[in-house]
Amino acid sequence: MSDAALAIRCRGLVHRYPARRGSPEVQAVNGLDLEVKVGECFGLLGPNGAGKTTTIEVLEGLLEPTGGEVEVLGRRWASDEPVLRELLGVSLQQTHLPDRVKVKEVVALFRSFFKRGKDPLEVLDLVSLRDKSESWYEGLSGGQMQRLAVACALVSDPELLFLDEPTTGLDPQSRRQLWDVIADFKARGRTVLLTTHYMDEAEKLCDRVAVVDHGKVIALGTPGQLIASLGGTEVIEISLSSSLPADFEASLRALPGVHAVRKEPDAFAITVEQLHATLPALLSLVATLQATVLRLSTHHATLEDVFVSLTGRALRE
Amino acid sequence: MRLRTFWRETGAVFWTFGFPLALTLVLGVAFRDRPPDAVSIAVQSEALRAALSPSKDVRVEVLAEPAAREALRTGRISLFIQPGPPRTYLFDPTRPDSRLARALAENILDHAHAEAAEMRVTEPGARYVDFLVPGLIGSNIMSSGMWGVGYVIVELRNKRLIKRLVATPMKKTHFLASFVLMRLFFLVVELTILLSFGYFVFGVPIRGSLPLIAGLTLLGSLCFGGMGLLVASRAQNMPTINGLINLIIMPMFLGSGVFFSTSKFPPVVQPFLRVLPLTALNDALRAVMLQGAGISAVLPKAALLSGIAVVTFSIAVKVFRWR
Repeated sequence: MSDAALAIRCRGLVHRYPARRGSPEVQAVNGLDLEVKVGECFGLLGPNGAGKTTTIEVLEGLLEPTGGEVEVLGRRWASDEPVLRELLGVSLQQTHLPDRVKVKEVVALFRSFFKRGKDPLEVLDLVSLRDKSESWYEGLSGGQMQRLAVACALVSDPELLFLDEPTTGLDPQSRRQLWDVIADFKARGRTVLLTTHYMDEAEKLCDRVAVVDHGKVIALGTPGQLIASLGGTEVIEISLSSSLPADFEASLRALPGVHAVRKEPDAFAITVEQLHATLPALLSLVATLQATVLRLSTHHATLEDVFVSLTGRALRE
Repeated sequence: MRLRTFWRETGAVFWTFGFPLALTLVLGVAFRDRPPDAVSIAVQSEALRAALSPSKDVRVEVLAEPAAREALRTGRISLFIQPGPPRTYLFDPTRPDSRLARALAENILDHAHAEAAEMRVTEPGARYVDFLVPGLIGSNIMSSGMWGVGYVIVELRNKRLIKRLVATPMKKTHFLASFVLMRLFFLVVELTILLSFGYFVFGVPIRGSLPLIAGLTLLGSLCFGGMGLLVASRAQNMPTINGLINLIIMPMFLGSGVFFSTSKFPPVVQPFLRVLPLTALNDALRAVMLQGAGISAVLPKAALLSGIAVVTFSIAVKVFRWR
């Protein structure tokens, strides 16, 4: 992998928010390394407060890192800011535009900041907002506002697109519409860095994912690799009536094809290779114990399972 | 040029244009050239009533002493006269109307036969509305500068819009310049409306040169725009900026001679009032509009305004929080 093919390279990134009245110093990013290749869609995945937004804002040149090296498209913020600004498209976590502006005007305004770019109406086509181009901003739905924010990021026809939690709080249909927009952009060979705390979003959109927790990358790979790192690809969740023997967890581990067992408050999550190998054995174990099954479910392993197995915490608070 | 940072707020239009107009209208009508109020006097004898009643300045009635004292105490009459001899004036010296009534009555009774010629003069330029209009122009420039720049910037920052704009190649100077341009545009509109309203509806004179008035308001606009920018340069949330702006605006609203002359304040505070930018702007505007003062007369005030503008702008640009 040569440096020229890297859209983003950052080494040992550290960012501290200085102590303020009433709140101590916060170490939001704590030695984070990241490499994003040109043309890939890269996801930063992690719970709220993991340092995703701080990381992306440092990469966007909006925050000065406390320490570490950052290179974006082979350039540095300190020396090449004007060039970089022209090449990037940015959508922040929350941006509220003034209520009394028209959709078309917003896009035209953002277009006017850049030397080159697309026709505002063409961009509105991309995000399916053309028919809203004469509407006031205040009249848009949450999903439309978010698509407008992405339109503002796309209007300069950027090389690299930053999206900070683009679909948080949106309804499923709006999310899917935005996913299409992002997939289109990527299909044209451009690079996307997005943060999300939705697993399905990362699995659907991202070529590679970095799982971030406490300001560090704790796992990195394609969604498939990360799921494979669990050892199994299927997860059985079983909830039994109480009074189980103390060695029940150990007996679960001894079942054929079991890779991991995780005790949850009222259930066990068992990661297995193949359902048909493990399930019969599991059920006969339950039968010999004369326990009652309260709930039994299985699902294909997701990044959520990866995250929980890495941190022992659920992703969504 | 990328100065198309137009933010439409229909609600703000009323406060910028409608409010000062309504205020001028209400106050102008309230303090219109009414004939001075006649003062109410009670007397004890019919002879005194006959002697006083030809005068248009007094309203006379005959009352017995207890009723008259009651009326005097409640403020219904200003003076009670007993025929004597010696003739006795009952009045409350702490009440201006009471002292006026005494002087009037004495004058009428003592000079009943020597009729002096009287000419009443109320000239444009000396009326309350003439005093008011320049003051309102000044205070309007202050409020729209402080709110229009300060409040709007903090609102944009609060909505993360400043951060979003900084993430584009937009020049920061263009962003700030767009506010100055907006102010100037609104200044032209405000000034035109208020001046012509005062001129055509109330006949408020414009004795000095219009370009000089425009120049002064321009300096005033820059001065208050700079102050607005300065208070907004660090503030992060709406309550903070609301408090800051009101803290700055209110003392000037009351102390800079918008509604009444600064000379009403005790001498101790006069030097402080004089260095307030709104005082300078109001005094300069009044001098030019009402007395036809030339540029040399208002130069010190103009210098004060430009000084404040330069200082506030340069500090604000240095400390501005672009996030």
